[in-house]
Amino acid sequence: MPAVALSSLAPGEGATIVALHTEEPLHQRLLAMGFRTGKHIEMIRKARFSGPLQVRIGTTDILLRRNEADKIKVRRG
Amino acid sequence: MKRIALLGMPNTGKSTLFNRMTGASARVGNWPGITVELLSGKIVLGGDMVEIIDLPGIYDLHGFSEDEQVVRHFLHENVPDLALVVLNATQIERQLSLLLQLKQLNLNLVVLLNMADEAKKFGITIDAARMSEALGIPIFLLSAKYGSGYPEALQAATRALRYSTPGMAEQLRDQLAEDEHIESEMARVLQHSVQVPARLPNNLTTRLDQLLLHPWLGLPIFFAIMYLLFQAIFLFGQPLQTGVGWLFGWLREAALQPLLSNLPAVVQGLLLDGIYNGVATVAAFVPIIVLFFLFMAIVEDTGYLSRAAFLMDALMARMGLDGRSFVMLLMGFGCNVPALMGTRVMRSRALRLLTMVTIPFSLCSARLQVFIFITAALFAPRSAALVMFSLYLMSFASAILTALLFKRFFPSNEPFVLELPPYRFPTLRQLVLRGWHEVHHFVHRATKFIVAGVVLVWLLTHMPPSAVAAGPDTWAGIVGAWLHPLFAPLGITPELTIALIFGFVAKEIVIGSLAVIYGLTGTALSGTLAHQLDWVQAYSFMLFTLIYTPCLSAVATLRSESKDTGFTLFSIAWSLTLAWLVSLAFYQGARALGY
Repeated sequence: MPAVALSSLAPGEGATIVALHTEEPLHQRLLAMGFRTGKHIEMIRKARFSGPLQVRIGTTDILLRRNEADKIKVRRG
Repeated sequence: MKRIALLGMPNTGKSTLFNRMTGASARVGNWPGITVELLSGKIVLGGDMVEIIDLPGIYDLHGFSEDEQVVRHFLHENVPDLALVVLNATQIERQLSLLLQLKQLNLNLVVLLNMADEAKKFGITIDAARMSEALGIPIFLLSAKYGSGYPEALQAATRALRYSTPGMAEQLRDQLAEDEHIESEMARVLQHSVQVPARLPNNLTTRLDQLLLHPWLGLPIFFAIMYLLFQAIFLFGQPLQTGVGWLFGWLREAALQPLLSNLPAVVQGLLLDGIYNGVATVAAFVPIIVLFFLFMAIVEDTGYLSRAAFLMDALMARMGLDGRSFVMLLMGFGCNVPALMGTRVMRSRALRLLTMVTIPFSLCSARLQVFIFITAALFAPRSAALVMFSLYLMSFASAILTALLFKRFFPSNEPFVLELPPYRFPTLRQLVLRGWHEVHHFVHRATKFIVAGVVLVWLLTHMPPSAVAAGPDTWAGIVGAWLHPLFAPLGITPELTIALIFGFVAKEIVIGSLAVIYGLTGTALSGTLAHQLDWVQAYSFMLFTLIYTPCLSAVATLRSESKDTGFTLFSIAWSLTLAWLVSLAFYQGARALGY
């Protein structure tokens, strides 16, 4: 299965993180939040009007903006 | 004195623990090597006085955010005798990374796994003894909220202090390379000591979020909650403020006036109308600040503030702000002062400053009083509602315009990646302490500035002593006449200009000052105003009053919160400029249209 952007997942869909194409400050923050290659991630909900996304990794729920989620590549399933 | 630093990620209950340890004795203070103030408190531990410092919550010792730099610099300049590391037990899987980074620094560590009760509910089991063994660090399970495990943790801290061997926190960033290590180390420690269920139980938070973050209902519920909060602050705050005002008035009449009656009139005026009124101005804000932070603490501690960020971010991101800025902006409609203080929930300084420039445009309750009086005096009841509504619109428009204009000067380098904590019940103790700290902070920081400002305005409007108070021969009158060429194009008369000088101190005294200037009160004053001004002039005056500056207390707060005089001056200068331009455009436009 090809890798897609995290932002393309629909609410309720799960995926595995494949790569983080992010610049330094964001990259470091994502790592600390538990975004690591191979980790399972679930899309919980998407805010209206192209607002932020709510995702879940392990026991943590995280908000991030769509343009930031575009830089995170995942594989569905 | 030995020093204990409290360290941990955000949302670990670190501050709750800090409050439990230090209570109301905590104070903000400056530390070498860092520019922000930190809360610290002194307590007796094992017979010795120790100082506990609450460091900002950070995700990562090597991160790039301002808080992360603050913690790095603090540890570098003020090596603690003991670092109490607070970890959220429900997120132990990822929070362990911060602990392992700290371990590399060779600091004297004691670990507290907080929210142990919550972790149990999630089905997470942690073998503290095993983990302690694997890491070689004492580890305790704790619930700071309910106090379980607390005495054991204090004992451990006391023991650890006795054998303190502080390591050196130098070259923190050089150790970045060693982060590779951390992942395998984390896996090793977690493998034997922690069990996490594959799927979280469908708990209360999930169900509440389904409603509160609902695609269609979420925003209306958010606005309803904001409206209720706003009304509650108003409802409880107004009588309290009136009460404080009455108390100060009574004290003045019953005790101070008879006491000072032998002094010359000028000295009496300076002491009573200058200094004493300045103190009373500060005091009038105390109930509002307590109430505001009681309610804010509820919104924040329950976890709803992050939800507000989720709901409002789509709109606010375009203005360079975020959802939390919007909450503060709305709260500013009650009173700007606590709203400015409340921006502290935003950890990025640029975002905070941009929010702080926009808040003074919120039409607060004090400005509302001025508008109600003038609208009633000059407009028919039918158009009065429309006038008030248009002023609220102007208030929003000024804030939005300001954010759009200045967002590129305050670029936030903090990525918008927020944790959404589960809903929690705030504890009463936490709420009360928060209110107390904020009031202490405000009174401590703002008193001198406000009293000095009130005295200055008193001098301006009463000097030289031969002139009639607030009349054209006083210094204020002279300044007013001197400023007249600037205000004439706005349709603002010299009398109103003097009232604007008063309004700089507090909007509550604008109408009172007009009464002094004209020597009239109540309906006689409204009659004279209606006779002297037409509606275009009155509306222009209201626009200027809305935008030019909230009050001296807000300016003092802006300064003490930003710790930047240049920024404060910029904010005032921009407000004045915008006020002048808007009033000019309105007045000249209306006149050109033949009104």
